[in-house]
Amino acid sequence: MSDVLTPVLSDNWDMPRAWTLESYESTGGYEGLKKALGQTPESVIELVKDSGLRGRGGAGFPTGMKWGFIPQDNPKPKYLVVNADESEPGTCKDIPLMMASPHTLVEGVAISSYAIRANTAFIYVRGEVLHVIRRLQRAVQEAYLAGHLGKDIHGSGYDLDVVVHAGAGAYICGEETALLDSLEGRRGQPRLRPPFPAVAGLYAAPTVINNVESIASVPCIVRNGAGWFSSMGTEKSKGMTLYSLSGHVKRPGQYEAPLGITLRQLLDLSGGMREGAELKFWTPGGSSTPILTAEHLDVPLDYEGVSGAGSMLGTKALQVFDQTTSVVRCVLRWTEFYKHESCGKCTPCREGTWWLVQVLQRLERGAGQEGDIEVLLDMCDNILGRAFCALGDGATSPITSAVQYFREEFEAGMHTPASELFPYQASTVFGAEVSA
Amino acid sequence: MTQETTRPSPDGASTAAQASALLPAETMAELREIAARYPQARSGLLPMLHLVQSVEGRVTPAGIEACAQILGISAAEVSGVATFYTMYKRRPVGDYHVGVCTNTLCAVMGGDLILERLKGHLDVGNDETTEDGKITLEHLECNAACDYAPVVMVNWEFFDNMTPDSAVELVDDLRSGANVHSTRGPRVCTWREAERVLAGYPDGLADDGPAAGPATLAGLQIAREQGWQAPAGADGTARATGTTERGTESPVAAGERADTRRAETETKVEESPADLEHEDEPADQPVDEAGKGDSQ
Ligand SMILES: Cc1cc2nc3c(=O)[nH]c(=O)nc-3n(C[C@H](O)[C@H](O)[C@H](O)COP(=O)(O)O)c2cc1C
Ligand code: SF4
Ligand code: FES
Repeated sequence: MSDVLTPVLSDNWDMPRAWTLESYESTGGYEGLKKALGQTPESVIELVKDSGLRGRGGAGFPTGMKWGFIPQDNPKPKYLVVNADESEPGTCKDIPLMMASPHTLVEGVAISSYAIRANTAFIYVRGEVLHVIRRLQRAVQEAYLAGHLGKDIHGSGYDLDVVVHAGAGAYICGEETALLDSLEGRRGQPRLRPPFPAVAGLYAAPTVINNVESIASVPCIVRNGAGWFSSMGTEKSKGMTLYSLSGHVKRPGQYEAPLGITLRQLLDLSGGMREGAELKFWTPGGSSTPILTAEHLDVPLDYEGVSGAGSMLGTKALQVFDQTTSVVRCVLRWTEFYKHESCGKCTPCREGTWWLVQVLQRLERGAGQEGDIEVLLDMCDNILGRAFCALGDGATSPITSAVQYFREEFEAGMHTPASELFPYQASTVFGAEVSA
Repeated sequence: MTQETTRPSPDGASTAAQASALLPAETMAELREIAARYPQARSGLLPMLHLVQSVEGRVTPAGIEACAQILGISAAEVSGVATFYTMYKRRPVGDYHVGVCTNTLCAVMGGDLILERLKGHLDVGNDETTEDGKITLEHLECNAACDYAPVVMVNWEFFDNMTPDSAVELVDDLRSGANVHSTRGPRVCTWREAERVLAGYPDGLADDGPAAGPATLAGLQIAREQGWQAPAGADGTARATGTTERGTESPVAAGERADTRRAETETKVEESPADLEHEDEPADQPVDEAGKGDSQ
């Protein structure tokens, strides 16, 4: 049994100068690395498998199993690539983690690289977060100076180099194979799979790509054991995780809890919706996960619970909107995002998102045409499952789910502008007159 | 991919010698240094283009040619990469790049109104620069700070919880040369200086600013107040991360504004029993059962 909130990754964030090596080591930082180096790489992989850790980047793939796919008889070098591109709308956990405690990630990188026998690791961080990049650069430098990285780490004979690599603004580079192309100095466009990155990833060599939070969860597992980690969470969704609450709530922010907490619990803890507001709709894991409504307040926020409700846990980015918000406006804005970020490689996504925006724009203006809802759903049907990568699929999620729960707002778009039905000023955090 | 080192560029720089003359020797040396960080040189292209921007104020034909020459690829290939990413600019950027997040959540919370106000106040459109060359205004997609919405970025530093008024004040301060500090970072540097850090050349400011803002610490603070923590670890420590004596730590350094809510409650937390408040414990719910009962 665990407490309602279980700060582990966030536990040191309120310490003075939490980002420094000195602070991190004062709470036992890098003990996990030393412990791991005293074991075989295989046993570290086994440990992570036993812990039940699943990827925190959206898909929830078991991390230890992914590491086990690296063919160790392949003579090529192995690589670890950390996906620190965090750009999924609503998602805001990796950035504060790296800002507050970059060493948690760096220690995780060292342990994970050791486990898969990589001697080079990359942290691919989105470019638009200057201070986070400074902190990462500094943490890596400190770790080298302290002998946690570099040659013959702590006398183990194991060598590791870590490169902090800044991206340049492209959501698609969060998709793992596009990220690899980008890291090779190309346009970030997804690759055909198979071959999977575990076999032919960076420079066509075996590569593990993991999310920041996944890798940052490794040191505490090594230190405290697989059983400790799996004592938190639910049957198939183990451990603690960062839930990011944003929007029309009293106290937005990061909440670290065992997997399976509900939005109702999180809202209760955080003081609920803003004054006078009622929950209208929310995303469980970023804009690519179908929206949910107040009827889903008690859905356990673990992988199985949220899929059972017809959505996905995704990145656990809980964007909460109240009754002042126009669904059509939100869906249009998200769709404009996907259109802008579509890499252009495949037709359903490149053309489809463009057309979706055209239709949604007229619905937002109140100038929708008869049959527009059917046109939207039909286009989504033509994109979903036919796009080359998951960006295209994700683009359809807000639309189909919003039509499912709020069809009448799309119908109203045939004659009334969204801004008339839902004056936009009322949704803002300043000067808002919230009336229930 | 071809490996020739010289080829005609769109601008007519056709030899390696000419290309090297296009950027200062120092910059050429640094571009080579970046390429050498990677097992394969071409991986350096993104940071190299950041360096070009820090020197040239944008991605210039000379910068493209220099990258092409060093990596042994065509200028067209470099160009193709440069145009793919939104952070690379073809037109000169002002001293301060002001980005307003207008992705859905920020837009709804007020980002759209902030952008409109700034367009009017600065008399520029999206992706345009003020006449004095100080400010380039651009709308941004989600910048991973939604818990601080509405968000504005200046040279990729966070400005949290903005309003139209505070945004106007911010750009006025930037234009008048006042000291402007990021909410969760240091005093803002120029756009070119920022680009140099992105190229992998640290500026020594990592220690400025707080570890976290209030929203980042929201859940942690509640956990402290309630005495909630992760189960004891294998090594028997009360905290999963092995901390023991946080109540005795030195006070927060000055300037770490948002970091000051460090809990007086920590000592209390250390002493409190590990198993408080289990009624609403979500852990042992059957995984496939979506509608569990009342939680609190
Ligand atoms: C369009 C798109 C964007 C993505 N963005 C990210 C991202 O920013 N960060 C991330 O960790 N994963 C992102 N992913 C998921 C990655 O492809 C990949 O599944 C993940 O990094 C694997 O790490 P994990 O197993 O640790 O979760 C994205 C996927 C898609 C399709
Ligand atoms: S689905 Fe979109 S982002 Fe993905 S490959 Fe196709 S065009 Fe590119
Ligand atoms: S929507 Fe603006 S930071 Fe996420």
